[in-house]
Amino acid sequence: MAAIATLDRAAKKGVSAVQQYALISGRALGNLFRRPFYGADIITQADIIGVGSIPIVLLTGFFTGGVLALQSASTLAQFGAAAVTGQLVSFSMIKELGPVLTSLMVSGRNASGMASELGSMMVTEQIDAMRALGTDPLKKLVMPRITATIIMLFFLTIISDAIGILGGAAISVFLLGQDSSQYFHTAYQSLRYADLVQGMVKPLFFGFIIATIGCYYGMTTRGGTQGVGRSTTQAVVVSSVLIIASDFVISRFMIGIFGR
Amino acid sequence: MSQAAIAPELKPNSPDEPVVVFENVTIGFENKPVLNNISFTVKPGETRILLGPAGVGKSVLLKMADGLMRPDSGRIFVFGEEISAMPEEQLFALRSRIGIVFQEGALFDSLSVRNNVGYRLMEEHRPEEEIDQRVVEALRFVELEQTVDRFPSQLSGGMRRRVAIARAIITKPDLILYDSPTGGLDPITSTTIIELVMKQRDVYHTSSLLVTHRLQDAFVLASHIFNRKTNKMEPLPEGQSDPQTSFLVLNNGKLVFDGSTHDLVHSDDPFLKEYLS
Repeated sequence: MAAIATLDRAAKKGVSAVQQYALISGRALGNLFRRPFYGADIITQADIIGVGSIPIVLLTGFFTGGVLALQSASTLAQFGAAAVTGQLVSFSMIKELGPVLTSLMVSGRNASGMASELGSMMVTEQIDAMRALGTDPLKKLVMPRITATIIMLFFLTIISDAIGILGGAAISVFLLGQDSSQYFHTAYQSLRYADLVQGMVKPLFFGFIIATIGCYYGMTTRGGTQGVGRSTTQAVVVSSVLIIASDFVISRFMIGIFGR
Repeated sequence: MSQAAIAPELKPNSPDEPVVVFENVTIGFENKPVLNNISFTVKPGETRILLGPAGVGKSVLLKMADGLMRPDSGRIFVFGEEISAMPEEQLFALRSRIGIVFQEGALFDSLSVRNNVGYRLMEEHRPEEEIDQRVVEALRFVELEQTVDRFPSQLSGGMRRRVAIARAIITKPDLILYDSPTGGLDPITSTTIIELVMKQRDVYHTSSLLVTHRLQDAFVLASHIFNRKTNKMEPLPEGQSDPQTSFLVLNNGKLVFDGSTHDLVHSDDPFLKEYLS
């Protein structure tokens, strides 16, 4: 009986968490079209989330493209296909690694930041104070973070893709002695519209996941500084897992639509 | 300046209508009851001091009075409107008539004192000159106008509480809720805070609900009056207490006392006797 009761409590807790997450996300997004509109807060968050993440995105993109070229060139050479290294790097970066790795980096940096910032505000009653002063925290704090993350992750992914392809080029040309025009030619010519759409749609979903999960864990923080730490960790873990899991679902869906 | 400038504005309310009414309010968390069947009223101009042991649910009760928490059952009326059944959007408008001072001040870390105190005015997009003027007036009330450009982290605990009071009174509220405004402060700073609460009570006659577990602060508030001429509080004659100040006592989730200072100190209730001793 005790086991059933525990299971019952856990199930209710799980359903309640999903319900609360949906409510926070839905109300925050609905607030995008209601006054007052916190445009300045969106710009501030875009600066913190987007501009602040550029260094890690550049480094991650460059070295991912580089290692991709390094690893694939030797395998491709066995089949006499080293000439298509550029194609492999650009395909992988644009369709998968660019969006996913950028999102994971931004998740590590910003989902944790949102959870800890909002969590600290929760435990020090600043969120209650905000409500008491007539401001909806979902409008003032959550909506700008979601909007800014979705927009900025889209552009960060484009930067990451470009830098990844350049990183692959640098390794292919300077380390592996391949021809640069051949690398860029194969990288560019083999790309289709569907590949770009696939790579550009993903960051929109991943940005939503990062911001809503970060804000959800922040806004539901309980239990003082220990609770803030717990929320921060959970936000990174859950958003990272959801990014990878949803990447699979989106990829399958896109392949179903575009056939590649 | 300016004391008049931060006196409460007249609102279209019946003078006899209670400002706050709790009707059989019950709330619990994770299947554990916290407050059970609580009923009381706060009349216009009245200061009600809510006493009780730590963890009894005093802050929860105060938050329910501002609509920050909703009761499981029962009804709460503020300014004649049932806030326990009001959507959050409507509550935001009602809260413009309520000032609240949180336990630790709850100032926004990332904003300066000026922006903390003037937060509500900024959200209402008032002109900058008006915000500056009213922020300085509110800070002058708590005697902290020199801190206007500082950040909360640069203030002492007592200063933070005083800034929180300035933030609560800047919109000239009809009701002020104080959540342990002296908690964790040294006795001298506590007296300064209590003097400010008294000033708001005796100069502007603002209705208020004050939560505290410090009996000394509660009785200072009940037995003193603020003198506008000397700008200091003065004790009332021996045996007298402020008629507008009365007490509520919570214990084990229930309201065990609701009455005047005289009734409280002369109560035969064993719990109250032990609690007050």
